Amino acid sequence: MSDFSEELKGPVTDDEVETSVLTGAGMHFPWLQTYVETVAIGGKRKKDFAQTTSACLSFVQEALLKHQWQQAAEYMYSYFQTLEDSDSYKRQAAPEISLQHALYLLHHGMLEDAKRNLSEAETWRHGENTSSRGILINLIQAYKGLLQYYTWSKKKMELSKLDKDDYAYNAVAQDVFNHSWKTSANISALIKIPGVWDPFVKSYVEMLEFYGDRDGAQEVLTNYAYDEKFPSNPNAHIYLYNFLKRQKAPRSKMISVLKILYQIVPSHKLMLEFHTLLRKSEKEEHHKLGLEVLFGVLDFAGCTKNITAWKYLAKYLKKTLMGNHLAWVQDEWNSRKNWWPSFHFSYFWAKSDWKEDTALACEKAFVAGLLLGKGCRYFRYILKQDHQILGKKIKRMKRSVKKYSIVNPRLSY
Amino acid sequence: MTVPQTLAFCYLSLLWQREAITLSDLLRFVEEDHIPYINAFQHFPEQMKLYGRDRGIFGIESWPDYEDIYKKTIEVGTFLDLPRFPDITEDCYLHPNILCMKYLMEVNLPDEMHNLTCHVVKMTGMGEVDFLTFDPIAKMAKTVKYDVQAVAIIVVVLKLLFLLDDNLEWSLSNLAEKHNEKNKKDKPWFDFRKWYQIMKKAFDEKKQKWEEARAKYLWKSEKPLYYSFVDKPVAYKKREMVVNLQKQFSTLVDSTATAGKKSPSSFQFNWTEEDTDRTCFHGHSLQGVLKEKGQSLLTKNSLYWLSTQKFCRCYCTHVTTYEESNFSLSYQFILNLFSFLLRIKTSLLHEEVSLVEKKLFEKKYSVTKKKSRSKKARRH
Repeated sequence: MSDFSEELKGPVTDDEVETSVLTGAGMHFPWLQTYVETVAIGGKRKKDFAQTTSACLSFVQEALLKHQWQQAAEYMYSYFQTLEDSDSYKRQAAPEISLQHALYLLHHGMLEDAKRNLSEAETWRHGENTSSRGILINLIQAYKGLLQYYTWSKKKMELSKLDKDDYAYNAVAQDVFNHSWKTSANISALIKIPGVWDPFVKSYVEMLEFYGDRDGAQEVLTNYAYDEKFPSNPNAHIYLYNFLKRQKAPRSKMISVLKILYQIVPSHKLMLEFHTLLRKSEKEEHHKLGLEVLFGVLDFAGCTKNITAWKYLAKYLKKTLMGNHLAWVQDEWNSRKNWWPSFHFSYFWAKSDWKEDTALACEKAFVAGLLLGKGCRYFRYILKQDHQILGKKIKRMKRSVKKYSIVNPRLSY
Repeated sequence: MTVPQTLAFCYLSLLWQREAITLSDLLRFVEEDHIPYINAFQHFPEQMKLYGRDRGIFGIESWPDYEDIYKKTIEVGTFLDLPRFPDITEDCYLHPNILCMKYLMEVNLPDEMHNLTCHVVKMTGMGEVDFLTFDPIAKMAKTVKYDVQAVAIIVVVLKLLFLLDDNLEWSLSNLAEKHNEKNKKDKPWFDFRKWYQIMKKAFDEKKQKWEEARAKYLWKSEKPLYYSFVDKPVAYKKREMVVNLQKQFSTLVDSTATAGKKSPSSFQFNWTEEDTDRTCFHGHSLQGVLKEKGQSLLTKNSLYWLSTQKFCRCYCTHVTTYEESNFSLSYQFILNLFSFLLRIKTSLLHEEVSLVEKKLFEKKYSVTKKKSRSKKARRH
């Protein structure tokens, strides 16, 4: 007799629908579930209304996970009745729903609709004003501001095409100004709250710069980057640095900004600019830091083929060694001598680098020679290669390596 | 007077006229929106303004519950000092013989089982006129849950035939299958396993659709309810907001999807002989589970287990509790199926089954008090 326990499985328990983030254009409500479930029932029997609406919500999530947009929309249609719920907690979900819908519309290019929805959402004030609701309203305003920024920049482009003497110029200029005022009002409220608001900050700063309010822009950016309450965000420092570059700020200021970025993201491509700044500086500690930064950049796999980085390193190593700062080089090399040879200077790399980019191979070979001595495989391989243009350079390299390599017993302290 | 009480009053009138509608049917019609209940005030004339306390009365957020309405029918009947209701005789729809037939057909069980249900009705005295008729002014005013009782009788008969201990019913199915394969021309023996497979599939589908329909149910109507004139603009604003959002989303929904509303029907499942996809078991024979002994038929199964071995004697409202894990899976399935049909809680059905058994095995119960709690053999 066969076993029928599989047939007679008990009622399947409802697995908690995993609220995962969806990629691509679409709506996602990971927070709605928790938002709604935090209602304290307080011992009363859950009404059918509450029960069916939470069932509706789980159906929405299920449909979204399965990418059944139409079904999800059908359920959402019914879900909106929670907004008329006498229970105020559940009603607070309304602005969030509208915000998500607006984002969906944005994804699909329907900006006018999105703007309209957000304006309406802004007017839905009811229920207690808790702090989370405050942020939500600000977020709605900020997105509205962002949409207005978009219109503003479009109009700005129009403006730039018009001639100053054109009769339409003033009208458009005024229109543009109005938009910007609205935008600033909407966005400034949000960015005072700690958080990551990259797109908003960027657009806001662009607007401020356009109208010549450099101090305002600098204040916003400095706040965004340095205020401790805000989460650590490398982009903030990048924006600030770029702004200072545009304003041609003093070198020391730019160095201090980039120093923080160096600590957060040592592999960033801005590090090469940082190195240049340090090199040009007059302080010796900056020169030492410059060497550190270069080594730091090349520690990362993403930068191994960066010819600029290698070029800089080659030139700088030579300069440092000529300047009798062997100790600096040794400091940096000590922590790397165990793994850099196989990471950068293996025979395999020699062959593939030469095949791909001879200039890169040359620079790397020079560095290899300086650090590992003329006997290292990479250096020897490159020396053996015959090349019309680089031939002379390689010969010069050979001479420098002989003179300056740290492995060289002649150069010792 | 509240809306649930009004519904109870309607049921009383149906009972008085001995209409062919049980309480579970009535509540199901309410759930399916054939009877105005949730937003009944929508149908009121324009001149009637509802606010203040009306909101608490008419702003209903739950469907009517069987036990709740049942209690209220007794209360309302008693309050109105109604006399003894017209007799429920054997030719009435509400008589267990007829109701059992109806439910047997609905869950696709063989017609031959009807003989057994009538037998059980006779033995327990549940077909007596005095037992069935509602008499509010009697000392202990109570009315019978006709539908639940009929279904409970069917469950008891199933237990008598198949034991439902997750074992015997499948062995009997094996025998039936073997016999049916050899004798294709005869009336097929009822195969529990086949019935289970078909019924489970139909049940799961129906239940899924029901849950989806419930999730989509729109509780709030066009006309919002509000407490006072101060709240009126807020209520209307909320309504406007919802309509707005719904409009935004309705563009995403395929407008051709909505099917027409179905007319009310007493049957939720329909089985016909002509349908080749789904076997109809009405004509199947119970020969596989009965055996002849002289003039009478006996069940091949000679064992039985009681749903409740000890009834609760305290002042609480229930007589027994239903803890799913204590019972076999087949029993759980049967209870789930029938409770879904009637839209009642499984515990209520289980209670009723226990009460039927109590009447049937009365003597055994009085003996049980002294002896140990083991399976009892029963022959009839």
